[in-house]
Amino acid sequence: MYKILEKVDYSDDVYMQVIEAPAVARVAQAGQFIVLRINEEGERIPLTIADFDRDQGTVTIVVQAIGKSTRQLQELGAGDNLANFIGPLGIPSDIENYGTVVMAGGGVGVAPVYPIARELKRAGNKVISIVAARTKNLLLWEDRMADVSDEVIVTTDDGSYGRKCLVTEPLKELCDAGGVDLVYAIGPGIMMKFCCKTTEPFGVKTLVSLNSIMVDGTGMCGACRVSVGGETRFVCVDGPEFDGHQVDFDELMARQRQYLEQEKISYDFYLECRGDAQCLA
Amino acid sequence: MSGIDKNSGKKRVKKTEIPRTAIPEQEPRVRATNFEEVSLGYTREQALVEASRCLQCKKPKCVAGCPVNIDIPEFIKALEEDDPAAAIAILKRKTSFPAVCGRVCPQEDQCEKVCLLGKKHEPVAIGRLERYAADWEASEGEAAIPEIAPAKGKKVGVVGSGPAGLTCAGDLAKMGYDVTIYEALHKPGGVLVYGIPEFRLPKSIVQRECEYVESLGVELKLDYVIGRTMTVDEMLDDGHDAVFIANGAGLPVFLNIPGENFNGVYSANEFLTRANLMKAYRFPDYDTPIKVGARVAVIGGGNVAMDAARTALRLGASVHLIYRRSMDELPARREEVHHAQEEGIDFHLLTNPLRIIGDQEGWVEEIEVIQMELGESDSSGRRRPVPVEGSELRIPVDTVIMAIGTRANPLLTKSTKNLELNKWGLIVADEHTLATSKEGVFAGGDIVTGAATVILAMGAGKIAARSIDRYLQGQPLLTAEEEDEIRASQEKAAAGAK
Ligand SMILES: Cc1cc2nc3c(=O)[nH]c(=O)nc-3n(C[C@H](O)[C@H](O)[C@H](O)COP(=O)(O)OP(=O)(O)OC[C@H]3O[C@@H](n4cnc5c(N)ncnc54)[C@H](O)[C@@H]3O)c2cc1C
Ligand SMILES: Cc1cc2nc3c(=O)[nH]c(=O)nc-3n(C[C@H](O)[C@H](O)[C@H](O)COP(=O)(O)OP(=O)(O)OC[C@H]3O[C@@H](n4cnc5c(N)ncnc54)[C@H](O)[C@@H]3O)c2cc1C
Ligand code: SF4
Ligand code: SF4
Ligand code: FES
Repeated sequence: MYKILEKVDYSDDVYMQVIEAPAVARVAQAGQFIVLRINEEGERIPLTIADFDRDQGTVTIVVQAIGKSTRQLQELGAGDNLANFIGPLGIPSDIENYGTVVMAGGGVGVAPVYPIARELKRAGNKVISIVAARTKNLLLWEDRMADVSDEVIVTTDDGSYGRKCLVTEPLKELCDAGGVDLVYAIGPGIMMKFCCKTTEPFGVKTLVSLNSIMVDGTGMCGACRVSVGGETRFVCVDGPEFDGHQVDFDELMARQRQYLEQEKISYDFYLECRGDAQCLA
Repeated sequence: MSGIDKNSGKKRVKKTEIPRTAIPEQEPRVRATNFEEVSLGYTREQALVEASRCLQCKKPKCVAGCPVNIDIPEFIKALEEDDPAAAIAILKRKTSFPAVCGRVCPQEDQCEKVCLLGKKHEPVAIGRLERYAADWEASEGEAAIPEIAPAKGKKVGVVGSGPAGLTCAGDLAKMGYDVTIYEALHKPGGVLVYGIPEFRLPKSIVQRECEYVESLGVELKLDYVIGRTMTVDEMLDDGHDAVFIANGAGLPVFLNIPGENFNGVYSANEFLTRANLMKAYRFPDYDTPIKVGARVAVIGGGNVAMDAARTALRLGASVHLIYRRSMDELPARREEVHHAQEEGIDFHLLTNPLRIIGDQEGWVEEIEVIQMELGESDSSGRRRPVPVEGSELRIPVDTVIMAIGTRANPLLTKSTKNLELNKWGLIVADEHTLATSKEGVFAGGDIVTGAATVILAMGAGKIAARSIDRYLQGQPLLTAEEEDEIRASQEKAAAGAK
């Protein structure tokens, strides 16, 4: 059992949880993820390590509720327990002094960007962060990003806060101005795809963190496979970070839709029965 | 049955006259729609009859046919005398999990293959009797609590809770060691729990075996990925006096044909893990989904392929099994092939997949295959299948399951210093002691042999426990007698080769 120590709702759908998992926190590094299971009937869902505290033995996750499991998780709070919490998984980010790095985070993608930005800053990079969201109340961790960045640019699709534009606009401007040595783009598949399209003509190396569907997270099932540079790779053990210019995003996004039909059944079943023991039985 | 032996007419009924006792099974049409166990096991009466068939050979060939040399005539004798408690005690001298082996051992290639009765008649149903004794213990026997030696004050770490890891851990605990198993998944049992389906090996049996090992004092740490949560080197630094690596060979292999990343293409590992470990067959009561269309193609011909095919069938699909060699070469257990045929799996033998064809949205639509014919024999003595020109054919399918084998997962081995691997990434371990190139580290099961069998993995667990015990007591890993024995057998083999 893994205890939830703290829970904060950032909006109706986005929340943060701090979980007691000393074995994971002990060796967690920026860029890695965990797999958790809520209860005995639960599926194994992968979530990025948004922060960790080795002394306290805790790991922080930031989650967007988009389906059954993430919604059910949202309903748990401090004092509740998770059945399983496995990690840290995946290969950590390669932290070096690259020079100037642009960190682009879209939606909940900002959370996984944070620990990477922090480490890159520590390593001496100049960190320019673009924090993007659809609308103001979905904007995440602007303050935390400011703490670890030399400059923060905020964008919202609807202009309710910061610049009214997509994340790719300031990204293009920064590339145009020159001097960008590395870009990190983390967020929904479509956002990463267009960030990569933006940086490609400039030849600026762009790393993305892929969120393929997973089961075990240890290289055993192959559910997470993705084409990178024409070769099949497993996101959970070969990634989750890859050179975005090599990733077949269309295939990635198609593969994410594999269970749409079942996910809807599961979600409806859950909403209908929520809390109703008789219905669930 | 004709060959009545006139000379052995001492007994009232000649043993050779008794036909091999059939085992009750669920009707094929019924079981094709449920996940309950296919085979129902012998009744007491049936077990008595079958046990009475054994000739109690003075030089029993069957014992040598069993990879762990179970004292087969002895345990069968006990059953014949209606003493299943004695039978189980005899079995447990050599195997930790008779309920598992009795069900899944490829008996027809091992103990039963060489049974003397099988020369002229049908062999004794050794596996079924083994299962009977184990099931009797579970339902009626008193849980025998083995003797546990006084604590030795030494700590051993075991990586993986498959048959190799569980066996080694259990044996070491009985010897008085402080043992912890580290398992990556959220349930113990290895392939027994995530791979082999419920209808062949009920998960309650695996759970019982795991609980038994825990009852011996073994600590089971789940959710622990060695190579990530902790490395083998850290285990050694952090108080473990020895480590046994038994992490299996769980990396799925794909064919590398076009279209393998279309939606609807699964590795058998993923398909079976979703169905068994995650219980997707009970979706949406269990959260993990599985997608099986109306028509499924399974590629391969081993136990894994049969399990995937029969699972897909039970989830409502009509199933094509595509295998590139002929029926004679099919590596799956005979019984499973027979069951699959009875249940209505459509076998396409001498057929090889060329590519998978998908639709606009990236979903599987068809699989293109080519007919094969048997050509020249290859180095293994098997005739090599070669494609028949112009025989390409397309089969419409919604799902394709790749069951063509597994390899070593490099996650653990890559993170371990000074661990010698062979060219397939398997750990190199001494055949007789299972010692690796790394001091204090032993390895066994599928990670050493490549994908093999439950009983071989279990045997490896026993050898490892013995070696680790000797290592921790500062003794040579092999006794002088054992070394002599090995030398003698090698000399004999060398002489034979001349
Ligand atoms: C390495 C990795 C790190 C991740 N980190 C985070 C994170 O930090 N925060 C966060 O909110 N989410 C993260 N995700 C995505 C998260 O795992 C999924 O949102 C979650 O599994 C959905 O479960 P569900 O039952 O709530 O929704 P479902 O009902 O399973 O899915 C609802 C929708 O989400 C899509 N979907 C399903 N699984 C995934 C997936 N693995 N990735 C993307 N889309 C998916 C489906 O196609 C569907 O449209 C990460 C995924 C990976 C692989
Ligand atoms: C579908 C299927 C059907 C089969 N049918 C038969 C049959 O009928 N008869 C038969 O005899 N054999 C059969 N086999 C083969 C048999 O199951 C295996 O040979 C046997 O289980 C190997 O045992 P093992 O202990 O070496 O490894 P496994 O059973 O593979 O167990 C390894 C364990 O280690 C864990 N692990 C892996 N990596 C790590 C890590 N880094 N850290 C911690 N833990 C880790 C795994 O999660 C797993 O639990 C079948 C195999 C499959 C896949
Ligand atoms: S363990 Fe397997 S090979 Fe040995 S006697 Fe039992 S069924 Fe036969
Ligand atoms: S070889 Fe066959 S008949 Fe002889 S002891 Fe073994 S099981 Fe019995
Ligand atoms: S999630 Fe199973 S191999 Fe990556």
